[in-house]
Amino acid sequence: MNSLYDKVKKNLIWKSVFRRDYRDTARNRAMAIFGNVFLHLHPVRVRESAVKLRYTWGMGGITFLAFIILTITGVVLMFYYHPTVDLAYLDMKDLEFQAPYGVISRNLHRWAAHFMVIVVMIHMFRVFMTGSYKAPRQFNWGIGVILLVLTFLLSFTGYLLPWDQLGFWAITVGTNMGAATPLIGYQGPFSEFLHITPYNDIRFALLGGAQVGGNALLRSYIWHCIAIPLISVILMFVHFWRVRKDGGISRPQH
Amino acid sequence: MNPFIEIITQPDNIAIVIMIVMVTFFTIWGFQQAFQNDKLKASGYAVDGELDQDVDTFKPLVRIELIISLVVVLFLSIWSIAVDAPLEEIANPTITPNPAKAPWYFLGLQELLVYFDPWLAGVVLPTLIVVGLMAIPYIDINPKGNGYYTFAERKYAVIIFAFGFFILWLLLIVIGVFDRGPGWLWYWPWEEWDHQRVVFEPTRDLTQVIGIESRSIPGFIIGAIVVIGYYVAGMLLPLRHWRKNNPELLAQLGMIRYNLIMFLFVTMMSVPIKMVLRLVFLVKYVWITPWFNV
Repeated sequence: MNSLYDKVKKNLIWKSVFRRDYRDTARNRAMAIFGNVFLHLHPVRVRESAVKLRYTWGMGGITFLAFIILTITGVVLMFYYHPTVDLAYLDMKDLEFQAPYGVISRNLHRWAAHFMVIVVMIHMFRVFMTGSYKAPRQFNWGIGVILLVLTFLLSFTGYLLPWDQLGFWAITVGTNMGAATPLIGYQGPFSEFLHITPYNDIRFALLGGAQVGGNALLRSYIWHCIAIPLISVILMFVHFWRVRKDGGISRPQH
Repeated sequence: MNPFIEIITQPDNIAIVIMIVMVTFFTIWGFQQAFQNDKLKASGYAVDGELDQDVDTFKPLVRIELIISLVVVLFLSIWSIAVDAPLEEIANPTITPNPAKAPWYFLGLQELLVYFDPWLAGVVLPTLIVVGLMAIPYIDINPKGNGYYTFAERKYAVIIFAFGFFILWLLLIVIGVFDRGPGWLWYWPWEEWDHQRVVFEPTRDLTQVIGIESRSIPGFIIGAIVVIGYYVAGMLLPLRHWRKNNPELLAQLGMIRYNLIMFLFVTMMSVPIKMVLRLVFLVKYVWITPWFNV
């Protein structure tokens, strides 16, 4: 048994992948963190309060986990989906009846999306209740507020993609509010001074047309699958980076 | 089936039920810790976390992250096996569902449409909510309560935030999901929706209450006085009060911060005020202008 163990572990290939052994030494504990590209998001040592569930509720991390689950299931769904008026709804039916694990992929994606919205709101509540937005973390709270809005927008743009009645009318109701924007929406106050019509206002820009149609579907798709995730990931980098640079998880000052 | 059971077991509404349960749980947990810390501090002890040492990230933190991840994945898997994502009929621009509801997290804004015109409910107020949230760290200059749960040390901040978060945000969402039916009329969750129901509820404008036509010049002037006067009074009266009773705080805040706080606060309070005006006094508009109505 020992010789097999040696054969597996004491060779060039194994050692090239795993740079440390499992002995419980301070050096190994540190290397486990900074020797791993994913874990080195963490500092090597953290405050006890960062570990205590009653303090953080784990809500920020769970939000990020939900985002990862959504990215994975989202990519799976993209393999089966055409963002066109003719095919989008039929692809939903294909997911339901034809695609292997299509139903569970779509369910996971939808419920994880709802879950992420809930969790990110509770995360904000926790950060407020512990006063963690106070100096020196003011800027990171602002980033967090933008990420909250982006979470809503991610979910909102995804609503239209199944091209069913629910999504179609939810997006119609939502974007009609855009038409009421002062100055740049055709139903908004003062828009007549800028000669704004239904064909050149902010709603037209959002939908790529005067009503929800093929262009709106394509725009939703690209915002949902590429543009907003890209912006969100960049801001998440900033958000996580600033948590560390601002001194880690907040705790009482002496 | 019982309409109440029917409405809370609609697939998308299960998320709202989960939200209610989670928010309730964490609210109780948060405030319980806040009161506990307040008690500790009052008797001269250190608050929770004050005496914490540093620990290794590997394994205490990594372990708890792994466990939570597994629990969350398990929870979402069970949810996804038990409940199928809804898929309605194919999109049809010629058939408008009644009611046509926005996604649930925007239902608070849709609910505001009952009380405000779309440019306010859908554009100006949401923008101010986002700006106001981002402004919080810069206008809350109370250095206490940084890094631990507390209520006693930041009473006003917590009360104002909780009012906005629970009442103006979450409660309006819950109302939008469970209590709004065809025609955006109020239905208790246990009531059947009646698509034929019509409610005769003549609304009037504020100046019509005292007999002045709201679309006339006197009506315009009175409306302007009420709206602008609301802001001026809302921002000046606390100023007078603080000058007399708490000049140090005012000096610390400075005029820019003071004005920003009071503007955001007065705007926030205009929401419940307008709701009462509409629901109790059947007042639709306070101020009618040729360009917009408030």
